Amino acid sequence: MGARQTMMTITKPGMLTTIQDLGRNGYQKYGVITSGVMDPSASRIANILVGNQEKEATLEITLLGPVIEFSENALISICGGDLSPSIDGRTARLWRPLLVKKGSRLQFGQCKSGCRCYLAVAGGFSVRSVMGSKSTYLRAGIGGVNGRALKSGDRIPIDTPRELSTRLIQHLDRGKTNRTFVESDWSVVSSLYHTNEKDGIVHVIKGRQFNLFSIESQKLLFTEPFEVTSQSDRMGYRLKGPTLALEKPKEMISEAVDFGTIQVPSEGNPIVLLADRQTTGGYPKIGQIATVDLSLLAQTKPGDSLRFIEITHAEAEHLYLKKESNIQLLKNGVLLKCR
Amino acid sequence: MSCDMYPLGDHAVLIELGEGINKETQACVQVIAAFLEGHPPIWMIEYIPAFTTITVFYDPVRVLQSNQKAISPYDYVCAFLAGLLSGLVTGTPSESRVVDIPVCYGGKFGPDLEHVAMINGLTMEEVVRIHSSGGYLVYMIGFAPGFPYVGGMSERIAAPRRESPRLKIPARTVGIAGKQTGIYPIETPGGWQLIGRTPLELFRPGDESPSLLRAGDRIQFIPISEKEYIEWEQDKR
Repeated sequence: MGARQTMMTITKPGMLTTIQDLGRNGYQKYGVITSGVMDPSASRIANILVGNQEKEATLEITLLGPVIEFSENALISICGGDLSPSIDGRTARLWRPLLVKKGSRLQFGQCKSGCRCYLAVAGGFSVRSVMGSKSTYLRAGIGGVNGRALKSGDRIPIDTPRELSTRLIQHLDRGKTNRTFVESDWSVVSSLYHTNEKDGIVHVIKGRQFNLFSIESQKLLFTEPFEVTSQSDRMGYRLKGPTLALEKPKEMISEAVDFGTIQVPSEGNPIVLLADRQTTGGYPKIGQIATVDLSLLAQTKPGDSLRFIEITHAEAEHLYLKKESNIQLLKNGVLLKCR
Repeated sequence: MSCDMYPLGDHAVLIELGEGINKETQACVQVIAAFLEGHPPIWMIEYIPAFTTITVFYDPVRVLQSNQKAISPYDYVCAFLAGLLSGLVTGTPSESRVVDIPVCYGGKFGPDLEHVAMINGLTMEEVVRIHSSGGYLVYMIGFAPGFPYVGGMSERIAAPRRESPRLKIPARTVGIAGKQTGIYPIETPGGWQLIGRTPLELFRPGDESPSLLRAGDRIQFIPISEKEYIEWEQDKR
């Protein structure tokens, strides 16, 4: 007989809480969007900190967090935006593993920074994969918990943790059993996640149709601020700023788009495409946000301001590889911590 | 096969095979897609075929891991694809499937059939006959899961989009927008003129291939009565 399966009970759902992993890859050729986390770095780091595989699904929690109860001891971590998490009234710090004791209650408060945070639980959520992914795709009603956002009363079973998670639990559990939760005395260095020195600065590679825009528009993209409007969601952020226009009108043929593509419809306000983007689009692409800055983007909320600075494709590629090697270092670091 | 390549961000290459929508360019896209399907490189995440382009998404770290000499993942992937394309022959791809799609035209399923007939000076029966006698080619799947971009509709039944889009179009509705016809796989908002509905599921999330249709397929619409439509629906259960 094994131990009883850990259950996570949602007593309050929060504004928009969904199960997401790194996306439903391989099906875009059938028009199936990838979905997946808005902030892949935060979700991957959260998983690494509890000994999961990076690609394991996490809970994506948006602005107003849920209230969650754990039926058994669980190893968790919370990464991304700071939505003031607390466990049984005591502040739970981000970016580190936390061993939560049976019966404790995790809740969230004020949104202090960012917009979304990711809750990883050692073992991962035991929900069915659809087309190779646990990601929730709301419009098609697939993935996650019955293809929908979580609601009160949902009970999510947790799978058996891997050996690495068990070692992390032992590492944390040294004789402090009376506390409602135990946190590690180490955490992720913030420079791993915050790659930019200043908030709101986003690196952009020129898009395929950049040169079709008027000289004025090309300049405005990199000099003026753009505000994230309230018409923004997981599919895309609609921005407001100077109007951007093509030099002369051109009929476009639909082609692939990607996470971070900046497209400009004819009315001139750019849209940044995000996790729930369509697979293809027919608007001209003025730019593409460097992958390393997608976290920053995912953590901006309506009303926030963005500034784009140009980066070459080679520089974006270099930053990408550097960040990946830093994430690899973090994985090795976690292994060392629980030797 | 001649083409141009462009980066789409820092982990995808877009291959452009032509500048206009036509069957020849579409066939090139199909040949490359078929090759990538049969021989997926270890670093490839996926690919998206479109009218005149095919975009290959890759994992830059895996590119470097699997090719010790590569310095830039993008340069490596471009060189790989250029080599691949030089070896592929433009021609008609192996065989085109023909997919029959039964459609119950008009009535509650096709509230705009009368409008489409009226603006084209036709009877509703004529619109149905023209729509169901055309030979259609699926150029690409996009916009929504399983949604086919279809070419080949007669301009005699063309109709502009509605001025204000409907908030909800039921799944499996067949519509016309301008010179295009298409089928909505899932409930979506949209401005198309709705002329009928098929009992066939175009999006099948449980299947290995979740889209009934694939780029390169040929479509034949078959008119069915409301009674046949209902029987079909019952058979599905």
